Amino acid sequence: MAATEAPKTWPTLEVLRPVPSELHPATDNPDLLEINLGPNHPSTHGVLRLVTTLDGEIVVGLKCEIGYVHTGIEKNIEQKTYWKAIPYVPRMDYLSFFSGETAFCMAVEKALELEVPRRAEWIRVLFQELARLHSHLIFLGTGSVDLGGIALLFYCFRARDEVLDLFEMATGQRMHPRYCQVGGVAEDLPKGFEPKCREMIAFMRDQVDQYDELIAANPIWSQRTKGIGVLPPDFALQMGMTGPNLRASGVPYDLRTANGGYGAYREIGYTPVTEQAGDTHARFRVRIEEMRASLDVIEKVLDGIPAGPVIADDRKVVLPPRHELHTSMESLIHHFKLVTEGFTVPAGEVYAPIESARGEFGFHMVSDGGPKPWRVRLRSPSLVLLQSLAALAQGAYLADLIAILASIDPVLGDVDR
Amino acid sequence: MTDAILQANSPTWGAPDHGAADRLEAALGRGVVERRVEHRGELTLDVPVARLPEVCRHLRDEEGYDLLSSVTGVDYLGYEGEVAGYWGGGADGRDLNRSASAGKRAVPEAPGPKRFGVSVTLAKVLTVADGDHRRLRVRVWVDDGEAVPTLTGVYPSADFHEREAWDLLGIEFAGHPNLRRILMPEDWGGHPQRKDYPLGGEPVQFSDEV
Repeated sequence: MAATEAPKTWPTLEVLRPVPSELHPATDNPDLLEINLGPNHPSTHGVLRLVTTLDGEIVVGLKCEIGYVHTGIEKNIEQKTYWKAIPYVPRMDYLSFFSGETAFCMAVEKALELEVPRRAEWIRVLFQELARLHSHLIFLGTGSVDLGGIALLFYCFRARDEVLDLFEMATGQRMHPRYCQVGGVAEDLPKGFEPKCREMIAFMRDQVDQYDELIAANPIWSQRTKGIGVLPPDFALQMGMTGPNLRASGVPYDLRTANGGYGAYREIGYTPVTEQAGDTHARFRVRIEEMRASLDVIEKVLDGIPAGPVIADDRKVVLPPRHELHTSMESLIHHFKLVTEGFTVPAGEVYAPIESARGEFGFHMVSDGGPKPWRVRLRSPSLVLLQSLAALAQGAYLADLIAILASIDPVLGDVDR
Repeated sequence: MTDAILQANSPTWGAPDHGAADRLEAALGRGVVERRVEHRGELTLDVPVARLPEVCRHLRDEEGYDLLSSVTGVDYLGYEGEVAGYWGGGADGRDLNRSASAGKRAVPEAPGPKRFGVSVTLAKVLTVADGDHRRLRVRVWVDDGEAVPTLTGVYPSADFHEREAWDLLGIEFAGHPNLRRILMPEDWGGHPQRKDYPLGGEPVQFSDEV
């Protein structure tokens, strides 16, 4: 299906005043109805409470109340040595889990000025794209349920299992693998991974085509999504929107290519997927096309992955290989020191952003020269994109609010951390 | 350390934008950039706290930094001076409430003059062709109780970031239209991300006997 076209003129979307992220009703008409959408409602994709004011069926007021799954991950990471902090990270954005691990390890590597072996960079790209695929599949499935089409949920969850099987095969875990390490990845790809991955690619290409047909030719789908929640690019940037939502408004900004990209994307290359219309339909389309693009990247990785080590050999930072512990006293000492004390990171402030499935996912890390981070802040894309919801929902039907929320794709674990 | 490695390790930052800092000084006076810090290829400009919105407005309008990437508060209480072992304990065992980051210090030096640092990371998106999406960090220093002027007038997306910094660190943002707690419950006492807020010391919620 052809890409969406840009509207001839973007609708003017003013930043809401006084509060940019909240829509207050213009009148205090007593007939207005205030309802709580959530916190426990499937259409809020987690534990999000939307305090909505309705005039009939029209949304005239909206406030996002968040924090229901705040678990203090940033505070906890301050109490952990760097390598013990890695498992916390993927539990925030639990749909695009591998992006979190990679972003954290990249921030630590940047602070350490540690070089990562090429093969490890390629493996990271492979799993980042698998995680993106996984995230977009859930997006499509749950998004279609919000629009009343339940079939796609089952198809997407079946396809998602194929992706998780690959994670299980390589890392031992279906989700939250803790596979990314500071300096590389934990293990090399297992035997038989490549053919299984190629099988998945073939299967998934077919599946994505089917999903596309299923919704593209559906008139109800088109009517529910086209022209709904139009996000002009300048407004999107003012509200800090990044990732697929920004690209759906025609801005080809993707950290995988910006300034040449990061990690192995510098070698593999990538072309950002954009759509022009900026509406709910475009945001769905951009993710469907990104699934195809991810499959292409995964195939390129399988075709061109270089040989070599999968983790750096800096023994002050990286655990020695297991077999050396039986024969080498020095390795045993390194192992002991790393496990009990951790490694120290030079003092200073770094910020390492990567492109997760929802946009710019960055770690702002301050080190004091000790073995634990002094402060870590997670710039989660979901927290930022939720701010635009009130402006997008202004004057929309309540049912469209659900569609818009689904299309901007926040993950509440990522919002609340 | 070669440039190639540094480039690979500092994704999406681009070259340090000293030119923007020079033009900023030319436009707003020499005192506006108190210090330039370059660490791992990232350029940080320390600016006077009262001039933060003015600086950001200049960077947005004249230099094209159109995306506010994040606003991060950092509590530097006890950052320098202290030397402690990994366990953060003394002769009578491990003290869970000690600052757990008090490990081996390579650089025991305070990075700024006051307790809290507020870092604002900016990026160029729309205003440049692909390949030069530079980033720049502007930082201000405040003490407990001192307010930072809000950035919501310049970058509306600062709203949630600033509410979070207030909620977790107790940094006040003067002029913010809606400065209330965002992640913690509304009746929560204290600001949990501060270094003097103990981990594990708070009462467990909803555990009262009925």
